Amino acid sequence: MAETVLETSGLTMRFGGVTASDNVNFKLKARELRCLIGPNGAGKSTFFKCVTGLLTPTEGHVYMRGQEVTGWQPHQIASLGVGIKTQTPNVMDALSVHENIWLAARRFYNVVEARERADSIIDRLALGTIARTQLGQLAHGERQRVELGIVAVADPWLVLLDEPAAGMSAQDVDRMTEIIHELTRFAAVVIVEHDMQFIRSIAQTVTVFHQGAVLMEDNVERVMSDPQVRAVYLGKKA
Amino acid sequence: MGRSVLHDVIITLVVSALLIWLLPLMISTYTLTVLVIYGMLGLSLGLIWGFGGILCFGQAAFFGLGAYTYAIAAINIGESTLPMILAVLVPAVFAALLGAMMFYGRLADVYLGVITLVVTLILFKFVNSTAGPQYVIGNARLGGFNGIPGFQTLNVPGDPTAYIWGDPYFYVCAVALVIVFLLVTWLLRSSFGRIAVGIRENEVRMGLMGYDVATRKTVLFAIGAAIAGLAGALFANWGEIVTPNLFSLGQSAEIIIWCIVGGLGTRFGPIVGAAGLAYLKFMLGQQSMIDNTLVLGLILVLFVLFLPRGLVPAVASLLNSIFGGTKRKPKPRRMRRARHG
Repeated sequence: MAETVLETSGLTMRFGGVTASDNVNFKLKARELRCLIGPNGAGKSTFFKCVTGLLTPTEGHVYMRGQEVTGWQPHQIASLGVGIKTQTPNVMDALSVHENIWLAARRFYNVVEARERADSIIDRLALGTIARTQLGQLAHGERQRVELGIVAVADPWLVLLDEPAAGMSAQDVDRMTEIIHELTRFAAVVIVEHDMQFIRSIAQTVTVFHQGAVLMEDNVERVMSDPQVRAVYLGKKA
Repeated sequence: MGRSVLHDVIITLVVSALLIWLLPLMISTYTLTVLVIYGMLGLSLGLIWGFGGILCFGQAAFFGLGAYTYAIAAINIGESTLPMILAVLVPAVFAALLGAMMFYGRLADVYLGVITLVVTLILFKFVNSTAGPQYVIGNARLGGFNGIPGFQTLNVPGDPTAYIWGDPYFYVCAVALVIVFLLVTWLLRSSFGRIAVGIRENEVRMGLMGYDVATRKTVLFAIGAAIAGLAGALFANWGEIVTPNLFSLGQSAEIIIWCIVGGLGTRFGPIVGAAGLAYLKFMLGQQSMIDNTLVLGLILVLFVLFLPRGLVPAVASLLNSIFGGTKRKPKPRRMRRARHG
């Protein structure tokens, strides 16, 4: 039985009268790959933000490797060895690809080691030709890939990705899938995603969110063929 | 990396040695001294704004605090070594407290500007109103709008009768600026400096990488204040009097203009901007045709319109395009403006 790396119990987030996240109980095992899906406003991103410390939940608890991290700052959570990628690309536009990835590595390794790790990640992500280019001059897909590099270079044991495939070309998505599979060799990965095709190609277990709560949690094929899930996505009553 | 650091240090030393030798032949050392001091003050804001992305409207507060700390301590102690040290430490501690309040409170750019501006105004108002005899620290009367005159000026450490003034004082200030410049260079090349630039570019990302953004910004803010405090103490020694005008709004605004004109995101730019504009102001002060603030304003507008990156980056890219191809490209890190600049 693998260790539980991420667990939430009764996680609830209210914005005024709106309950964006409603009593979510969630468990993730080491090296598991999990996709969170659901229609717009289902509470996926709110859940994601509560887990990463960008929001403090109104009620409930978040545990990482058994440690309570509810209400922690994002930098404290990241310091545990958690790699986070937000929905919008969050990179240092005026700095080079190498500097971006080096900064991520430097948090956990000394100067020399950080440089070596940055170099090796850049090779693995095939970013060598643009390593000295400023992020601001790169295409969207390349920036997404750099941000994955930022996440991967620190050797995280838990990776949280919010819409990694958004706005990417088919070729970029393929490469992204490859990188994510490589990550799961050492880390548990949570992916919040809209793109059903991407999910089909990558997911094993899927958690479906609906109106802030978990609707179902099962194997990807069963989730996709479930009439209730289909109804939620098409906006009909089940 | 190691070789290019040495290269940088040698160039800095050679250029500054030349300037320290040549400039006194053209401009009197008395004027040069204050230009050097303003250069250091410009560098202090250039560091935290250009590389840390912290737009501080109150750099004059730390400058004034350094000057007053020196004056008060010098009167009480009667020897200049400890007062000089205190003049660096007091503004740094003050900035650390103020910075911690702002950065842990997650205040963003505009509010940062407003708070630092108001702190400067409060200090200005407060010091201005301390003319009465009840405002005393040890033997030193704060003196209100009259300022504090007649304190012990810089002496050879350990010998209060061996004053350093005139030409030697210029060399002391110039060497101090070179040392500060080298320290800033070292800081920016260190991991701390590179991380600070990362924070300037994207705070959220740096936080998600696991960096404690609030602490790092507080430390950088305090370092900037320490440099401004040193400049303040040197200024107090130069003027032999400190007055509340050190805290004035005009002074604060001028520091920001120096940085914009000289070139933000460079180490050299704010120094050039400060010394250049201060010298221009000094020249304009000798005539009564036009008001010098008018000219300074005009220069600022012209720079924002035509050279928005500032003088030093513009000259650097000009040189680069002339000697382009043969020369190594200048480090883009030095050429960049802050996101909020």
